Amino acid sequence: MASDALLFYLFATITVAGALMVVTQKNPVYSVLSIIAAFFGLAGLYVLLEAPFVAVAQIIIYAGAIMVLFLFVVMLLNAPREDAAEWDRSHPLYRPMAMRIGGALAVLLALELGWALSRTTGLAAGIGEDRPAVSSVEELGRVLFTDYMFAFEVTSILIIAAMVGAVVLARRREE
Amino acid sequence: MQGIIDRLTAPQTIAYAVIVGIVFMGLQIMAAVMVYAERKVAAFMQQRYGPYLVGPRGLLQPIADIVKLFFKEELRPKAADAFLFSLAPIISVAAAYLAFAPVPFGAPTTFFGMLDEPIKLQVSDVNVAVLVIFAVASMGVYGIVLAGWASNSKYSLLGGLRSSAQMISYELAYGMSLATVVMMANSMSLTTIVDQQSGYWFGFIPKWYIFLQPIAFFVFACAGVAETNRAPFDFPEAEQELVAGYHTEYSSMRFAMFFMAEYINMVTVSAVAVNLFLGGWYGPFIPANYGWIWFVIKLAVLLFVYLWLRWTLPRFRYDQLMSFGWKVLLPLATVNLLLTAAGVLYFGL
Repeated sequence: MASDALLFYLFATITVAGALMVVTQKNPVYSVLSIIAAFFGLAGLYVLLEAPFVAVAQIIIYAGAIMVLFLFVVMLLNAPREDAAEWDRSHPLYRPMAMRIGGALAVLLALELGWALSRTTGLAAGIGEDRPAVSSVEELGRVLFTDYMFAFEVTSILIIAAMVGAVVLARRREE
Repeated sequence: MQGIIDRLTAPQTIAYAVIVGIVFMGLQIMAAVMVYAERKVAAFMQQRYGPYLVGPRGLLQPIADIVKLFFKEELRPKAADAFLFSLAPIISVAAAYLAFAPVPFGAPTTFFGMLDEPIKLQVSDVNVAVLVIFAVASMGVYGIVLAGWASNSKYSLLGGLRSSAQMISYELAYGMSLATVVMMANSMSLTTIVDQQSGYWFGFIPKWYIFLQPIAFFVFACAGVAETNRAPFDFPEAEQELVAGYHTEYSSMRFAMFFMAEYINMVTVSAVAVNLFLGGWYGPFIPANYGWIWFVIKLAVLLFVYLWLRWTLPRFRYDQLMSFGWKVLLPLATVNLLLTAAGVLYFGL
């Protein structure tokens, strides 16, 4: 349907524009807000792909929980504005080695993106196609706890280890 | 062209527009009614009269308040971040309205026989409604945090930071209590969850989840009050310490928008509680077509409890708030969730 393609371009624009704003904004608070906008655009794309659960989970976890913490820290530390003009030649990013490696990576990334673009048939491919109606939550749960059981459990162990580590590091030493 | 006009004038489309209008205007009216009710209930509990001059029994007081707020001067601190300062109240109000979208408030109706097929009394029937409400509720915090930061004032910033810390702490317990009901009902759609609560045990006890899950209801109620920043959890605006917290620097309609968001959030949390635990629009004596009457009655009772709490309980201390959230509510919700999971799995509750 035409309206689906229209929505795809709308959400895609929000996502890309948000992502670009993250790096171009000078004020870190605005960067955080831009990435939240990008997450919302992404959530819209998930909804168009008939995956409402993924869309909402992404909003809850990234936009709702993680970015609140980011914003919290940025505000608490009162992070200064970043002006590229203020950097002098002594900034680590101006070292010859860093510039060479960075430049090589940028060229590589551009080549890879060009290659990927040349192989896609249509930008909005797959949007608005008729899919069999499955209850995505049930389906996702079944797959997660059967086929991907091991990966799922390993990931949760990893997260618990990180949490325990954070608590140990943050705890005050008792005299 | 004709096709579009036909679709736009189809009875279903018009009925749908009417429902959206009912929800939008209804929430606004509820906010106004809550302003009046809050002042009257407060007055009653403090043995005063409350507003009584504007209109019969002071009923037009909210209108007077709104007109006053419209015509007040709009102030903005010089050092404030102009863009975010105006954006913050908009985020608050938008999140408040949006959260009500997946909430059903009555059985499917034909609008007194005007439609051929019954239409659902809700803005959008999402199959992950419970999660949508949870997600949008967690968006509301951005309005408060940004207001605190953009005002460039120490009271506002502290209020905003406190609010985000509080919301993050209570969101976990909130989510766990939601998950418990989702497991019992085996569905995330609020319509399905309400339908599961129709009927009676032994012919007279209604099959509401509050009787099966009293602990989940308790956790949901505490976390819901904390999420809406109401007393006894109203830390973001603790007057004695923070002047008015995150909205210290706001005046006029921008201030009114924060206020409206707070009242609409109260209505939404109460409506969700009615749907999840109190059987939604099901109740005795009233035929199913008029189920929304039951819904409104239950909603009104819960909203009154909100006011009752505010004027009865003193505010927690900040450390008490944190230890209550992390050491009491969260373990309680977790154990309840695990027990419910075991019950559903082994006994098929």
